[in-house]
Amino acid sequence: MTDATIAHAPSRSRVRVNSSAIVMTLYLLFLLVPIYWLVNMSLKTNTEILSTFSLIPQNPTLDNYRTILTDPAWYMGYVNSLIYVVMNTAISLTVALPAAYAFSRYHFLGDKHLFFWLLTNRMAPPAVFALPFFQLYSSVGLFDTHIAVALAHCLFNVPLAVWILEGFMRGVPKEIDETAYIDGYSFPRFFVRIFMPLIASGIGVAAFFCFMFSWVELLLSRTLTTVDAKPISAIMTRTQGAAGVDWGVLAAAGVLTIVPGALVIWFVRNYIAKGFALGRV
Amino acid sequence: MTLELKGVSKVVAGQTHIHPTDLVLEKGTMNVLLGPTLAGKTSLMRLMAGLDAPAEGRIFWDGQDVTGMRVQDRKVAMVYQQFINYPSMSVFDNIASPLRLMGVDRAEIDRRVHETADLMKLGPMLGRKPLELSGGQQQRCALARALVKNAGLVLLDEPLANLDYKLREELRIEIPRIFEASGAIFVYATTEPEEALLLGGNTAALWEGRVTQFGPTPEVYRRPVDATTARVFSDPPMNFMQVSKTGTKLMFGKGQSTTATGRLAELPDGRYTAGFRPNHLEIAQHTGDAMRFTARLDVTELTGSETFVHLTHHGERWVGLVHGVHDLALGADLTVWLDPRHVYIFAEDGALIAPAAYALAA
Repeated sequence: MTDATIAHAPSRSRVRVNSSAIVMTLYLLFLLVPIYWLVNMSLKTNTEILSTFSLIPQNPTLDNYRTILTDPAWYMGYVNSLIYVVMNTAISLTVALPAAYAFSRYHFLGDKHLFFWLLTNRMAPPAVFALPFFQLYSSVGLFDTHIAVALAHCLFNVPLAVWILEGFMRGVPKEIDETAYIDGYSFPRFFVRIFMPLIASGIGVAAFFCFMFSWVELLLSRTLTTVDAKPISAIMTRTQGAAGVDWGVLAAAGVLTIVPGALVIWFVRNYIAKGFALGRV
Repeated sequence: MTLELKGVSKVVAGQTHIHPTDLVLEKGTMNVLLGPTLAGKTSLMRLMAGLDAPAEGRIFWDGQDVTGMRVQDRKVAMVYQQFINYPSMSVFDNIASPLRLMGVDRAEIDRRVHETADLMKLGPMLGRKPLELSGGQQQRCALARALVKNAGLVLLDEPLANLDYKLREELRIEIPRIFEASGAIFVYATTEPEEALLLGGNTAALWEGRVTQFGPTPEVYRRPVDATTARVFSDPPMNFMQVSKTGTKLMFGKGQSTTATGRLAELPDGRYTAGFRPNHLEIAQHTGDAMRFTARLDVTELTGSETFVHLTHHGERWVGLVHGVHDLALGADLTVWLDPRHVYIFAEDGALIAPAAYALAA
C-alpha cells in the first residue's frame, strides 16, 4: 500500500505539470502568432503573400528590409521617431525627477490633489489635445519639428514618470537625505551622487515607459508632422501606392518597429512589474 | 565649545512637540536624553542638529547664534536608530565622504578612514557595500562616518535600539570610550534608564516635550526633582501611593505608618505622594522597621534570576523586582515589605519634597 502510494505520487504530479505546461505553451503560441506572421510576411515577396498560404516563406528574401534601409523616405521615419522619442524621454525625466522628489519629501498646499491631477492627464485621450496642439504649434512655428512632438508627448509622459519615480523615491528613507546634508552634501550634489544611484532602477523603468509610450503614440505625432519630422508609424500608414499596398515592405517596417522596444525592455525586465504598479510594490 | 539652547520650542501643525527649553551642553561631555517613546528626544536632537528650525528661541554654538544656519555649515554628526549608510557606495567611500566634502587631501583621507575603520573593527570590510554587512557592522559604519569628521557635536539617536542584545552591550561599552578621545559634545538619546546609567555623564529627562530635569546622571537618578522624572528614570517605572501626615506620624496607604524624621518632621500636615523603585519592594522582611503591605498578585514574570511581580494595592498598580525565582499564587494576596529609607516623598503636584534616605547617604 505504502509502496503503491510512493510510486504513484510522482507520476501524478508529472501529469499535472505537463497539463499546465501545455496550456502555457498554447497561450504563448497564441500570443506569438501575430508576431510570427509579421516576420513571416516580411521575408516573402508580395506575390507570395497575395497568392498562397504558406507557414514558412518559400523563397525567403531580405529585399523588403533592403528597401527600408536604403530608401531615405523609409529610414528617415525611424530616425525622426528616435530623435523625438529620445528628446521626450530626456525632457520627461529632467522635469519629473525634481517634481517626484518634491512630492515624495515635502508637504505643501494641495499636494495630494495636484499629484492625482497629474495622473488624470494620463487618462485624457490624445485626440482631445491634437487640435489645440496643431493650432498652437502652427502659430508659433514649431509645426513639423521634432521638439514639437517631444513636447506634446510630455503631456502624458511627465505625469507617468512623476508617478513612477515618486513611488521609488518614497522607498528611500528620508534619513539618508539628512545624513547627506549633515555630512556636508549640497542638495544638487546629494541628488546626483547619492540619491539617483539609489533609485537607478526607477529611473530606468520611467525612461522605458516614456520611451515606449512616445514610440507607439501615433495620433499626436502624425498630426504635428508633415515631412521633416514624420515618424515611422505615420509612414507605415501611408504606404498605399499606385500598385496597391506593399505588404512585404510594410511587414518588414513592422518588425523593425518592434526591435527598439524589445531591446529597451531587456534592460529593465527585472523592474518592469514595479513600473506597471507605478513603483508602488 | 558649548551648545546652548535658549527657550527653544518646536510646534508642528499646532501641536507642541517641544516646550520652551533651556539647556547648556559643555565640551567633552556625554549628555543622555532619556525619555519614553514620543517624549521628544528625536525632535530635540533635530533642533540641535539644525535639521529643523525652532518655532521660538535661539541656538548658540560657542556663543555664536546658529539658529538659522544650514545643516551643511554646522559641525555636527548624527547617527540614527535605523542603519543609515549610502547603499551605492563602498564602506570606504561611506566613511570617506564627509572628508572628501571638506576637501581633505587624498593621503590624509586614506589614513583617517583606515584609522577609524580599525577602531570600529571594520578594517576587512572596507571594500564591501553596506548592505552586505551585518546589522552591527552597518551601524558601526554609520558611527565611523560620524566619528571621522571630528565634529564638535555628535548626535546619537537611539543608535543601539535596533541591534540584538549581545551587540548592544558590546557597542554600549565601546561608544563612550571611542568618543571620549574626540572631546566633542555628545548627545545620546535612549529610552532605557539602564543605558543612561551605564553611559554616565549628564542626563536630561524628557516627558511629553519637556525637559523635566538636567544634571549629572547619578544625581538625576538619586534625587529626581519630581515624580515625572522619577517615573522616567526607573525601569519598570516608579510605584506611587498616597501618604498623609498627622503630627509626627506618616500614614502610608491603608494602615501602615512610620514616624516622620529629619526633613519630613518639619512638613505641614496633609496629603503627599510616596514613591519607591520596584527593586526596593521585598517579599520578605529584611529590616526591623520595614512597612508591611498586602497586595493582590496579578502577574509574575521570570527573567531567569529575578522575578517581576505585578501587584494591585488598593487600586494602585505596583511592580516589584525581587531576586530569585519564586513560585507565587496568582490572584492571591501577597505580603510585601518596604523599607521607609527607600521612600521618596512628593507633593501632590509632583514636586520632590524629600528624597529617600538611602539616596542622600550615597
